[in-house]
Amino acid sequence: MSFQLHIWGDHACFTRPEMKVERVSYDVITPSAARGIFEAIHWKPAIRWVIDRIHVLKPIRFETIRRNEVGSKISARTAQSAMNAGDLTGLHLVVDENRQQRATLALRDVSYLIEAHFEMTAEAGGDTPAKHSEMFRRRATTGQCFHRPCLGVREFPAWFELVKTPPPSTLLESDRDLGWMLYDIDYANRRAPLFFRARMEGGVIDLVRVRGEGLRA
Amino acid sequence: MNAVANRYDFVLFFDVADGNPNGDPDAGNLPRMDPETSQGLVSDVALKRKIRNYVAMVKEGEPGHGIYMTERTVLNQTHAKAYEAVGLTPVAKKLPKEQDGRRITEWMCANYFDIRAFGAVMTTEVNAGQVRGPIQLAFARSAEAIMPLEISITRSSVTNKKDLEKERTMGRKHIVPYSLYRVHGFVNAKLAEKTGFSEDDLELLWRALENMFEFDRSAARGEMAARKLFLFRHESALGSAQAHRLFERISVARRIEDETVAIGDKRLHNLQPARAFRDYVIEADREGLPAGVELVERF
Repeated sequence: MSFQLHIWGDHACFTRPEMKVERVSYDVITPSAARGIFEAIHWKPAIRWVIDRIHVLKPIRFETIRRNEVGSKISARTAQSAMNAGDLTGLHLVVDENRQQRATLALRDVSYLIEAHFEMTAEAGGDTPAKHSEMFRRRATTGQCFHRPCLGVREFPAWFELVKTPPPSTLLESDRDLGWMLYDIDYANRRAPLFFRARMEGGVIDLVRVRGEGLRA
Repeated sequence: MNAVANRYDFVLFFDVADGNPNGDPDAGNLPRMDPETSQGLVSDVALKRKIRNYVAMVKEGEPGHGIYMTERTVLNQTHAKAYEAVGLTPVAKKLPKEQDGRRITEWMCANYFDIRAFGAVMTTEVNAGQVRGPIQLAFARSAEAIMPLEISITRSSVTNKKDLEKERTMGRKHIVPYSLYRVHGFVNAKLAEKTGFSEDDLELLWRALENMFEFDRSAARGEMAARKLFLFRHESALGSAQAHRLFERISVARRIEDETVAIGDKRLHNLQPARAFRDYVIEADREGLPAGVELVERF
């Protein structure tokens, strides 16, 4: 069952893994981020979303934003010992002693049409594709979502609408070699990243063909 | 405590008069701006910081309301009082690692308001150690273009002895004379379930949005105030309408004397810039709201 979802937003950051300290976004949405948006609307262990085509509908433009961020994560060990001791003293993080200023090179004013379908997984049990298809359709039409989908990071919310015909495109340069891009993370295989050669032809990145050509680890 | 069971999409308006609502570290602390439209921006994290500070202040020492991401002003000792004796039993050593991690996460959620609301990344080794909170904020954006002013100031004393013969040192302040900002936010009920974000927590969040600027006075900020908060309350956890359509119902226009002028109207180029909240009109279109959505004007 195939769906066409129009998604758009003010800003987006699909972070390149090689430039993630001072985040630099890919030129376009990655298949993995697109999958995340579908999953935010409807997902069950019974299904797996597969992205078929990404239509880029607006010119690719960037903007830089620098913010104060923290440099460390919560340590499980400290939390564990505070938990055992039953005492919160010392279990906190002083942000202005742990400060890192990081820039984000984000995309601005993005709009995509995502074509995707889902496959049933081994955990499907008695579920039918029609059931999930209807659930997704209903939610996407009325604007329901499990959680608010985002464009790469949570501060950039994604708006979505199920469409029948692609919205008009204002893309100026519709053919572009986008280089190697992240396809998705292979969770079954120790979270190994998979990459593909992204080519935008007539404003469209054809992932069906990409899968046919084979992905690279 | 019951977790929040309704989805909310909210719009908050706040304004600034003669202050810098959010400095840009990339631009020498000038107010953040969108380079293409000259609209002012305030980052999501700047507002979350204020929410944390407000909660830390009003809930000082109350169990379950610790703030993990603290500023130095929040005293460590107050956290000791937040200790909740209930349900704290030493973890058995034989538990598998993943389950162990989940216990830590649950305990952290139960004790820290900011983790329950915004989530946190707690180590990567344990799979369950990552929490996504129900509250999601976007960037705040000003209704119209801002025109920051650079104000030079003098200080009649010096810091270093070698500067003693100088009479004064000079400094600089950047201010926005006036601007009305709008920010969109989301409460995801399904994630609230996972972190245990309760109705009481939600009430505290709304109060924090209303009052956070009241306790964030400083030389840099000028006068900031929360002006309007609209909540779109959905009947169900998944929601009943598209958030962007709901947000389109809340509109801002300029008021010039008794006339309402749409933002972007060419006439505005020749008219006085806005300098007070009364120069704006905020309207909510309540006609024909989608079924299952209620529009609440909190203030």
